[in-house]
Amino acid sequence: MSACKDREQDPRIEGIASSIRVVPNFPKPGIMFQDITTLLLDPKAFKNTVDLFVERYTGKDITVVAGIEARGFIFGPPIALAIGAKFIPLRKPRKLPGEVISEEYVLEYGTDCLQMHIGAVQPGDRALVVDDLIATGGTLCAAIKLLERAGAEVVECACVIELPELKKRLTPNY
Amino acid sequence: MSGCKDKEQDPRIEGIASTIRVVPNFPKPGIMFQDITTLLLDPKAFKNTVDLFVERYTGKDITVVAGIEARGFIFGPPIALAIGAKFVPLRKPRKLPGEVISEEYVLEYGTDCLQMHIGAVQPGDRALVVDDLIATGGTLCAAIKLLERAGAEVVECACVIELPELKGRERLNGKPLYILVESR
Repeated sequence: MSACKDREQDPRIEGIASSIRVVPNFPKPGIMFQDITTLLLDPKAFKNTVDLFVERYTGKDITVVAGIEARGFIFGPPIALAIGAKFIPLRKPRKLPGEVISEEYVLEYGTDCLQMHIGAVQPGDRALVVDDLIATGGTLCAAIKLLERAGAEVVECACVIELPELKKRLTPNY
Repeated sequence: MSGCKDKEQDPRIEGIASTIRVVPNFPKPGIMFQDITTLLLDPKAFKNTVDLFVERYTGKDITVVAGIEARGFIFGPPIALAIGAKFVPLRKPRKLPGEVISEEYVLEYGTDCLQMHIGAVQPGDRALVVDDLIATGGTLCAAIKLLERAGAEVVECACVIELPELKGRERLNGKPLYILVESR
C-alpha cells in the first residue's frame, strides 16, 4: 500500500495508507482485499481522510454527495455534512423504499444493479460520487449514469483507495 | 411521526421528524416503512440529527461507536468523528474480511446474523450502538451482545426513530435507549 506519488503528497496521507489492512484471499482466493475497517479504528486517520476530501470540495458548489452501498455510506455522509450537501445513498436492489431508477453493470460473472431514489437529485445538482475503493470502476460507472440520468452534473468521483492495475472504465475526465 | 413528548423537546426535533417519509407496504404489505433518505436530503435536518447525538455523547468518554449495516453506517461515523471515537461496522455475514465473531438473532421467520471484527473492540472500551431505527430490538440486542462478548461496556443505544409499539426498548439487556422521534 502506498500513497499516490504523482502528486504533492499531503503529510496526512502516509498515516492514512498505513492504517489500511490487506486481507489475503478475501472474498475468494487470489484477491488481496483492501480493508478500511482498520482506518476507521484510528480516529485521527479517519478524521484526516474526511478532512482531505472536505478541503478539496469546500467552495466548489457541490450540492450532492452520492455514496455507494455500503462502505460509501461511511465516508460520504461526513463529507456531505461538512460541505452542506445532500447525501444520497446508492443501493443494491430492493433496499430503497419507494420509486427508484436502476442501472445495471457487469461483474466478472453476471451482472449487478445499483438504484437511486427518483426525486433525490435534480437538473442543476452538482454531484460527487464517493466509495471506499475503485477497482474495475464498474460500480462507479453505474453511479455516474444514475446521477446523469436524473440530470445532475457529476463533478468528480472520490475514493480512499485505487487499484490502478485494474482496467478502469471511467471516461478520461474522471 | 412525532418527536418524543415525554421529554423536554429540543426545537430541532420537530424539523427532523417532519423530514422522515413513510412509505406504505414496504418491504411487504402492511408495513409502514420509516424512510430516512428524505432526512439525508435536507442538510440542516441531517446536521441537526448528528448534532443532537454529538451533544449528548461529548465528554462521556465514549471510545467506540458501533454502527449497524447499512443505515447505521450513515449516522454512526459522523458521531464517531465528532467525539473522537473509533467507528466499528457491524455487518451481515461474509462482508467483513478477516476474523469475526458472530451473533445470531431471531427474525419474524427464521434467523439472521450480525458480525464484528475480532480485535476491533477491547475490554475497557465504552461503546455506543447506532442505527437509524429500533423496531423489535432484535438487531440491536445482537449488536450489544457482540460488543459485550469482546469485553466492551455498552453505554447506550442511539437511534433516530423508535416504533414504540414493538417494545424493542425492552429487549436491550437493560441498556438505555436514546431516540429522537417516535412513530406510532
